[in-house]
Amino acid sequence: MLAKIHITLKKDVLDPQGSVIANSLKSLGFDNVNDVRQGKFIELKINSNSKKEAEKQCNDMCEKLLANLVIEDYSVEIEN
Amino acid sequence: MKTHVIVFPGSNCDRDVAVAIQNIIGSSPEMVWHKDSTIKQSDLIVVPGGFSYGDYLRCGAMASTSPIMKSVIENANKGVPVMGICNGFQILIESGLLQGALIRNSSLSFICRDIIIKPTNTKTIFTNKSKISKMPIAHNEGNYFANSNQIKEIEDNDQIAFQYCDENGDINAHSNPNGSINNIAGVFNKSKNVLGMMPHPERAAESIHGCDDGRNIFESLLS
Repeated sequence: MLAKIHITLKKDVLDPQGSVIANSLKSLGFDNVNDVRQGKFIELKINSNSKKEAEKQCNDMCEKLLANLVIEDYSVEIEN
Repeated sequence: MKTHVIVFPGSNCDRDVAVAIQNIIGSSPEMVWHKDSTIKQSDLIVVPGGFSYGDYLRCGAMASTSPIMKSVIENANKGVPVMGICNGFQILIESGLLQGALIRNSSLSFICRDIIIKPTNTKTIFTNKSKISKMPIAHNEGNYFANSNQIKEIEDNDQIAFQYCDENGDINAHSNPNGSINNIAGVFNKSKNVLGMMPHPERAAESIHGCDDGRNIFESLLS
C-alpha cells in the first residue's frame, strides 16, 4: 500500500518561509496570493493487510517521529 | 564527578564541551558514541551542539531515536543532570525531555554572533552562579516556540532558564536575535535537572575565547 502523509504547521505557528514565498509570488505578478504555508509531504510504501491498519500505523509514525505535534498537524491518506 | 558527552554523527561541539568540563569541573568526560546503549552511572550528561544527522526531517529528530537516548532519558528521569547545548537542546526537545519546539529563526538566516543572556531562575544546579553573560549563538533553528498554555505552564513552574537581553539586562524585542517567544534562550524540565539552551557556554569558557562568561554554568554544577 502507498501512504501519503502531509505535515503542515499549526495555524498559530508563524511560517516565515511561507511569507517570503508569498512575497516572491507577488513579485512574479501573482497579486491575488494572500497567504502561503509551507509543509512537508512524505510518501511511503507499507505492507499491511488492511487500509485501516496501515492508517493506524502511519498515525503512530507521525506521532512518534514524522511530525512534531507541538508545531505541526498531519494527515494520512492510504492508497492500494 | 563522573561526566559523559554524547557523540552523534555530525556533532561538532563535543570536544569543545569536553575541554570546558575538563578545565572547569576537573573531570575527564567519557565520550559516548550514539550507538552505545547504556550509561551506567553519571553525574552529568551533556548532549553537545552540531548538526546531528544533517538536521534531516527536523533538527534533532533523528538523533532523538538513537540507541543512547533511551539511557539518557532513563538517567534524566532518575534525576541525573542532563544538559543540551544548541543541537543538543533540539535533541532533548525532540526526545520529549523538554517542552516546546525550536523552529526556523524569524530572519530565515543562520545567526552566528555574541548575544547576552540573563538567568531567569538562579535556584538550580545549572544556574546558581549565573549572572548576565555574553556568549555566542550559532544556529538556524533557535526560535523557541510553545503555545500560550505551555508558556504559562513553563512560567508558572519557573522552567525558563535564560532569556536574551541587552547589556543592561533588559529583555526586549531588540535583544531577541531569533524571534523566540518571550526571548527564551533556554528552558528546564519540571524537576530542573534537565537544561536545554541555544547559546554556547563552552565557546566562552576561557580568556583565550575572548570572553569567559560561560564558565558560570559549569561552575554552578560544582557547588
